[in-house]
Amino acid sequence: MASEFRLPALGADMDEGTIVQWNVAPGSVVKRGDVVAVVETDKGAIDVEIFQDGVVREIVVQPGTKVPVGTVLALLEGAEAPVSAGAPPPVVEPVADAPSPVKPAAIAARLKISPAARKRASELGIDAAALQGSGPGGVITLEDVEHSARPTRAKAEEAAEPKAGEGMREAIAAAMSRSKREIPHYYLSTTVDVTPATDWLAAHNASAPVAERLLFATLLVKAIALTCAEMTGFSGFYRDGRFDASPAAHVGVAVALRGGGLVAPAIMETAGKSLTALMDDFRALVMRARAGRLRASELAAPTIILTSLGESSVDAVFPIIQPPQVAIVGAGEVVTRPWVVDGVVQPRQVVTLSLGADHRVTDGRLGAQFLARVAQRLADPGSL
Amino acid sequence: MNREQLAARVLELVTEIAPDVDPASLIPGIDFRDQFDFDSMDTLNFAIALHRELGVDVPETEYSQLASLDKCVAYLAEHAS
Repeated sequence: MASEFRLPALGADMDEGTIVQWNVAPGSVVKRGDVVAVVETDKGAIDVEIFQDGVVREIVVQPGTKVPVGTVLALLEGAEAPVSAGAPPPVVEPVADAPSPVKPAAIAARLKISPAARKRASELGIDAAALQGSGPGGVITLEDVEHSARPTRAKAEEAAEPKAGEGMREAIAAAMSRSKREIPHYYLSTTVDVTPATDWLAAHNASAPVAERLLFATLLVKAIALTCAEMTGFSGFYRDGRFDASPAAHVGVAVALRGGGLVAPAIMETAGKSLTALMDDFRALVMRARAGRLRASELAAPTIILTSLGESSVDAVFPIIQPPQVAIVGAGEVVTRPWVVDGVVQPRQVVTLSLGADHRVTDGRLGAQFLARVAQRLADPGSL
Repeated sequence: MNREQLAARVLELVTEIAPDVDPASLIPGIDFRDQFDFDSMDTLNFAIALHRELGVDVPETEYSQLASLDKCVAYLAEHAS
């Protein structure tokens, strides 16, 4: 039985990608989890994994082609139905409003043009109807529009555009606009004495080999994941009018890219990992995010995100949820402040934690409990 | 290693841990944080690389002495065996 390998959605804000390279050819044997292709997106070059075993029968989309999410990229043979057990659901299942394979055809009946291309054409004042489409079925792609605006610009140059360029900015803006439009946010914040955690961390880092030292954010990630495992309503996806809880939190970490832009790849199965394992994953994610080599599954998987502006000298973050998620935790800088402990003012290390959460799923009371639980866990770092 | 060799090696390590940094644009006297938005993750990775490649174990409390290329070379010249 042949099956189709489609371009997966990589979160709320991606609706297309350009195939840069295939790592397989017809006849290649693939295993679930193999990186089979590299796709250039607004979030940089992404390694796309396959989620089933099989043999590649045909490469449908050739390198250099920009296609919408959901497009069949290759055909597999001898493949079983996509394995979902153990695989994060968002990876195999495009997000709710990602264009389904049917949609582009419906649009094509009017004018064969992708939504991004339509928008760009109107920005540039180009009559899209006059363009020749190079996409599947003659669809006018963003690239076609850009080319008509700058006919001398080479295709290769286009693919080598800076990662954190205009495309990423537009993608972030689109996702955040959608979030503010669709999600009735509420915000909470609390300032927490984290001296026990920072003391514990300093002692650990003083005795551990340099390669096993931890960052404060690692403790936060673990505390959030453990709290998600015990409280429902914060980790998961809101899709098709209902909330799918994900007790196995894949905590996404917001990574700022030098030169602008940001991505929030997930640390998979966060709660079950030791702090050292989390730190290794965290380090690898940041490296690959900045090198532009994230995996598709990592971008689509986060069930909740931590955005830490601890190094930017701000007290608090008012974070915006990334749909289809329903919550996001923010952390400001850890600072020394006068604090009252047992009736005595002392210098303590404090951090302001904030929560942006979704009123369709939870209320402030539950949100307050969530933040309180995270704070309690940080007060007992040995339990993390 | 003399100072120039040391500086060249450190620069190599910086670009290894931060592949998105352009080594040609590096100014030796300015903190990595101010030129390249180095954060605590970069600093930790840098310390790991120094340990692995040069055998120098920099305690966390002395990370501030690695803040720029100049400071880092001075620190290494003092601590490298």
